[in-house]
Amino acid sequence: MLQGIAFYLLATVAVVSGLLVVTAKNPVHSVLFLILAFFSSAGLFVLLGAEFLAMLLVVVYVGAVAVLFLFVVMMLDVDFVGLREGFARYLPLAVIVAGILLAEMIMITASVILEGAAAKATAPLVATPETSNIEAIGRVLYTDYVYFFQAAGIVLLIAMIGAIVLTLRHKPGVRRQQIHVQVGRDARTAIEIKGAVTGAGVSPEELS
Amino acid sequence: MVTLQSYLVVAAILFTIGVFGIFVNRKNVIIILMSIELILLAVNINFVAFSTYLHDVQGQIMAMFVLTVAAAEAAVGLAILVTFFRNRGDIAVDDASVMKG
Repeated sequence: MLQGIAFYLLATVAVVSGLLVVTAKNPVHSVLFLILAFFSSAGLFVLLGAEFLAMLLVVVYVGAVAVLFLFVVMMLDVDFVGLREGFARYLPLAVIVAGILLAEMIMITASVILEGAAAKATAPLVATPETSNIEAIGRVLYTDYVYFFQAAGIVLLIAMIGAIVLTLRHKPGVRRQQIHVQVGRDARTAIEIKGAVTGAGVSPEELS
Repeated sequence: MVTLQSYLVVAAILFTIGVFGIFVNRKNVIIILMSIELILLAVNINFVAFSTYLHDVQGQIMAMFVLTVAAAEAAVGLAILVTFFRNRGDIAVDDASVMKG
């Protein structure tokens, strides 16, 4: 009973905030609703017994991706009103396509559950203290899927390098420290010896 | 008792919202990226729901890889967006034709 109430609450919040992500006028509000959608989805994962993925969702999405979005939205000085002008024009087509897609997916869902691969799936897996969720994931992830795990690391590394390469730029006129030039200096090139007659000195024209 | 079908319907609705968002916000690439995140979230909910109800943890592993790819995609997508904004001064992508493709 309590589980049902929690499910419907979290599902409603996730769906409504998802809808507000795509319809909000201000993109900052969109990002905040995206955070809310991810948060309630993490709650759904906890209800399903996938605690590790729920925490991962909170850490990765709320902690990193959403903040990245917020940073970009606030940093770029964009005219967001002009970007919305096609909204009303595309709305009827979008509603038709979305309605058809939703009807198709719900029909597929019903057929899979009633007589398809998931026909025998009745009760969710209940975690016991001996086989916790994170232990079960670790046992499979570091044995059967260890190469995929390494590949995921490489994907993240390449994404990081790509993001740095794309956004790094060298402004002209910025004076940077050039360590190899500093270290390569020696007395023969750094100073110049002028011959001067005793008592007469050196005139400014000779110095320059 | 919450059935598997309830979770799948929630995931289907979120997926549809993501597709809907791509359709109605054709110009604003930030909202398009957020819609893609919503779609990937819906896929993750499907993976985890099936994983739990079929008593097989491999679905959660796949959801983790989807999460990884989604994070990488968001980082690279936003980097491209920042570069695009620097070059053009706005982010209207419906008439983006710099590459003459």
